[in-house]
Amino acid sequence: MSLKQLTVFVQNHQGSLVSITETLAKHNVNIRALSIADTEDFGILRLIVNDTKTALDTLTSDGYLIKTTDVVGVKIGDAPGKLSEALRVLDENSINMEYLYAFMTRTEKHAYVVLRVADNQKAEKALEKADFHIITDKDVDKL
Amino acid sequence: MEQNYYQKEIETMPVDKIKELQSEKLIKQVKHVYENVAYYRDLMDKKGVSPDDIKGIEDLHKLPFLSKADLRDAYPYGLLATPIKDCVRIHSTSGTTGKRVVAFYTQNDIDLWDDCCARAIVAAGGTDEDICQVAYGYGLFTGGLGLHGGSHKVGCLTLPMSSGFTERQIQFMTDLNATILCCTPSYAAYIAESLKEQGYTPDNIPLKAGIFGAEPWTEEMRRGIERDLGIKAYDIYGLTETTGPGVAFECSEQKGMHINEDHFLAEIIDPDTGEVLPEGEKGELVFTALDKEAFPLLRYRTRDICVLSRKKCSCGRTLIKMAKPMGRTDDMLIIRGVNVFPSQIETVLLNEGYQPNYQIIVDRVGNNDTFDVNVEMNPDQFTDTVSGITSLEKKLSNAMKLMLGINPAVHLVPPKSIARSEGKAVRVIDKRKLH
Repeated sequence: MSLKQLTVFVQNHQGSLVSITETLAKHNVNIRALSIADTEDFGILRLIVNDTKTALDTLTSDGYLIKTTDVVGVKIGDAPGKLSEALRVLDENSINMEYLYAFMTRTEKHAYVVLRVADNQKAEKALEKADFHIITDKDVDKL
Repeated sequence: MEQNYYQKEIETMPVDKIKELQSEKLIKQVKHVYENVAYYRDLMDKKGVSPDDIKGIEDLHKLPFLSKADLRDAYPYGLLATPIKDCVRIHSTSGTTGKRVVAFYTQNDIDLWDDCCARAIVAAGGTDEDICQVAYGYGLFTGGLGLHGGSHKVGCLTLPMSSGFTERQIQFMTDLNATILCCTPSYAAYIAESLKEQGYTPDNIPLKAGIFGAEPWTEEMRRGIERDLGIKAYDIYGLTETTGPGVAFECSEQKGMHINEDHFLAEIIDPDTGEVLPEGEKGELVFTALDKEAFPLLRYRTRDICVLSRKKCSCGRTLIKMAKPMGRTDDMLIIRGVNVFPSQIETVLLNEGYQPNYQIIVDRVGNNDTFDVNVEMNPDQFTDTVSGITSLEKKLSNAMKLMLGINPAVHLVPPKSIARSEGKAVRVIDKRKLH
């Protein structure tokens, strides 16, 4: 059910990010959401794209250290307090979270949150039970 | 300047007398080693040399060399020349492949070593009126206990501080009015900085002299320490294989170190051919221990590039002088006073499941060495969280500390990102200007 995230290891060098986005553009890969965790030495680029397989293949053949990570995508209403509601569900179910990032689309009146948690299945079940809609790779393709 | 000597007769002995003394000792020592160290006996037999062939120091060149590789092969007891019941202590340095160099000492060995360090302290102006703060590490490392023993012999009030705990160092130094500081030059510089931060000036720092060694340092660094602490700073040389600090020491002239050549016979050789080079030529420094009982290495190749000189010294000592080492014939680095071989890093990486793709970067910021190791990440270990990657870095750094005794800052980098020139990676970038 879960969503595929691409995780790329990048060095904190000038130009290292642009060469990744250019490669993706060249292969018609559309980035839906991204987040970067950075330290003094390195960064971890996390991407949700419309075509995971192409992105993975091209970046791998360009020599990037890249892997796919299963994450939970959840649709939340675009209104104050909605994110809190979702996070409260995770907290009440004692699900530890590593990181999250959010994105919106132009057409829908919804926001999407990407969650990296200790137990994807447990998180998805708990969120669905609280009437949240979980999104999959197919949903992302349609966005 | 008035000169004091700890053992005047030896330290100012005419050169021909010293050579006579060395010859006598060498003949005896070669017999001792041949009879008691099977490893070296085999080397001599293979070379077709017997103890009878050694009639004086002019025959020294006939003897086979010992190298660090021999120490590794013979580890731990293969070069021990006395029964364990006669040994009272060991010291040790880290080794290249996880095996360490372990050196053994009889009580007599320790006494002679202490004398060597005492000569260094007296040459630096030390007397029994002095308060000597020993801030080298105590333990397996030879620095602490070596200078400690020398300080006792001179009759100084000895502060056995060991290294670290700088606040405490400063408190003892200023409360008790320590007059001589013994430590690595980088630690001396660090202590100087800390004293300055606490408002001390060279005028109210009680020290008058420092004996600093165990790592390369420059003349600029010496002048800086001397200025900041208001002292004279003296160099000291040694290595665990030959005994420890005190193999050679500096006098008031501060131009080269006098070798305690009644105990340690020095040669300079061509590192490629092994040929002995005439005095004044640059080459690899080789030592033969003339008096050591438990661990008497003959013709041990130090890998230090050096020059010897018998030029008359204004201090009155006739002991031959060695220049500050000008480099190494191997790839050993000395970082924060610790010997580091790139092969040790490689061993840790293989043990931890990494490819040996790495780069060591050493620099000196202020007066302190920085030690960074870039390591290409193993793709299987790549995780999507920062904490996952930093914990891998930490684990590697700790494994390296176990091997080396010091912690590098480990940085994981993407595979194939370490620059390779002509297909061969550059393993070491040493940005320090030490030689």
